[in-house]
Amino acid sequence: MQEMTYSQAINAALREEMKRDNTVYLLGEDVGVFGGCFGVTTGLIQEFGPERVLDTPISETAIVGSAVGAAAAGLRPVPEIMFMDFMTVCLDEFFNQAAKMRYMFGGKAKVPITLRTVCGAGLGAAAQHSQSLEAWFTHMPGVKVVMPSTPADAKGLLVSSIRDDNPVIFIEHKMLYGVSGEVPEGEYAIPLGQADIKREGKDVTVVATSLMVHRALAAAETLAAEGVELEVVDPRTLMPFDKETVLKSVEKTGRLVIVHEAVKTGGFGGEIAAIVAEEGFDSLDAPIKRVAAPFAPVPFSPPLEAAYVPGEEKIIEAVKEIL
Amino acid sequence: MAFSKEEMLGMYRKMLLIREFEETVANLFSQGQIPGFVHLYVGEEAVAVGVCSNLGDKDYIASTHRGHGHGIARGASVDKMMAEIFGKINGYCRGKGGSMHIADVELGFLGANGIVGAGLPLAAGAAFANKYLKNNGVAVCFFGDGASNRATFHEALNLASIWKLPVVFVCENNMYGISMSQERHQNITDVADRAVAYGIPGVSVDGNDLMAVYEAAGEAVKRARAGEGPTLIECKTYRHRGHFEGDACVYRSEDELNEWKKKCPIQRFSTRLLEMNMTTREELESIAAGVKEQIKTAVEYANRSPLPDETELTTDVYCD
Repeated sequence: MQEMTYSQAINAALREEMKRDNTVYLLGEDVGVFGGCFGVTTGLIQEFGPERVLDTPISETAIVGSAVGAAAAGLRPVPEIMFMDFMTVCLDEFFNQAAKMRYMFGGKAKVPITLRTVCGAGLGAAAQHSQSLEAWFTHMPGVKVVMPSTPADAKGLLVSSIRDDNPVIFIEHKMLYGVSGEVPEGEYAIPLGQADIKREGKDVTVVATSLMVHRALAAAETLAAEGVELEVVDPRTLMPFDKETVLKSVEKTGRLVIVHEAVKTGGFGGEIAAIVAEEGFDSLDAPIKRVAAPFAPVPFSPPLEAAYVPGEEKIIEAVKEIL
Repeated sequence: MAFSKEEMLGMYRKMLLIREFEETVANLFSQGQIPGFVHLYVGEEAVAVGVCSNLGDKDYIASTHRGHGHGIARGASVDKMMAEIFGKINGYCRGKGGSMHIADVELGFLGANGIVGAGLPLAAGAAFANKYLKNNGVAVCFFGDGASNRATFHEALNLASIWKLPVVFVCENNMYGISMSQERHQNITDVADRAVAYGIPGVSVDGNDLMAVYEAAGEAVKRARAGEGPTLIECKTYRHRGHFEGDACVYRSEDELNEWKKKCPIQRFSTRLLEMNMTTREELESIAAGVKEQIKTAVEYANRSPLPDETELTTDVYCD
């Protein structure tokens, strides 16, 4: 084990996979000389050269579109889209090309792309640099959706994503880059589709993603002092989604709160709630609660932004409503 | 350009095979035997054949919604293509793609495409892969004049130019983006002029002249293999049929169509072959008879192929 930040863990995973497999290459805006907008790819161009770490023009369409062509032709591109909000300008390449190619071609193509991108509010970056759009990508048959919350998960899931033969969107949270944690050294791969119980508890199941895992854990700590035990489940990947772990937890607790930073309407929390309603209804002793952002763009002004992102208090409030 | 008789007749046969395939599809479509909708390549055959005759094993092509000709020119099986258009399990895509998604990656055919202009960055990527793998392969993207107004055109040409990718961008300027004539959809006459913006060569050729297309593509492929980067080739041509089968073509005149029919690339090439004394009328007729037979066999194959079972619905969404 080694103490490192979320950002360093991602960097380590990229470095190890690039060493292991020559067909892995990085491309994106400022990922080379500049080391990435958030510094995540620092040092990689020095180690692997400009042939494998490619600075691109500001051309999201060409970044993802060329990655699709290269992947179909035998490479394993790892494109970076600097902010998840910019997925709107390369959505065709990801959704209509990468995601569907295998199916449309009758199973005779593979498109092993791991598209790294960054979600989340917290930096005062406002409405076009702060969104959490993961639910969109869970609505795309053919795509896998990964959202790590800790440095160890970031490393293990990125390694598996790169080795996966499907298009994967790997969603990093900008407010987690500086978070430190223990990370296994060397070969470390976490299978996609396995949730992780970040804290065990018997009273209420809290399913939380990305940064919200940390907020849920803080709420659990506070509530523990009051004698309420939360079980915090981190799905880690939304597609494939480990419903068994969630259903099992709800069977134990009888209560479910879902927390995500994306807006509530049309968010993935609705899907989780529907799964539990369809397949775990008998386990429920109370209504399912969702804690999420309001149905509004991400605001700029610091107090507005802080109020927008679900916090510990809102989670505690939701828990208390169903206890 | 010195060609053997076999090569010349081979290209002639390919153009004819595309023509016969497309006319047969048109016929079957009008009889209600083909589901969905189709975009046919009749009139543009010299572009696909002229370009693809320059390509080898490691090369890729990316195609368009009007992709049958590109597939045939690349060497795809007309049996499997026809079966796909019929929605049959023996088709290229197990009946899941249809006319607009026929593909054979192993053959270097990255697929027809339902999104106008989507092929340009894909081809740039395949060219990047070839360069990365140092296999001396190139990639070609076919697209229309309409697609040259899309962002994908700009981004792909720019990226390919700065990375000196071994890619050839082939614009099939058939004068219309669906119903909109070129003079209405862009303020230029030659799409090739846009190459200047990327610092790459841009050439405009008569797209109904097989030899002119072949030579321009040959030069571009040579440049690409030599590491000198991309070329934009504009082939001026015309689709004899509508944008899709069933298009009433209210946006163009009969006279215009008839003028272009006189410039039919296949007739032109056969005349040339006869003038060069490279063949005889009898020989050309015998080739035509063989082509007819081949397409007839393809239709029979498609007809007797089974439809996909419902269990196919959710297979191949992901790789295992």
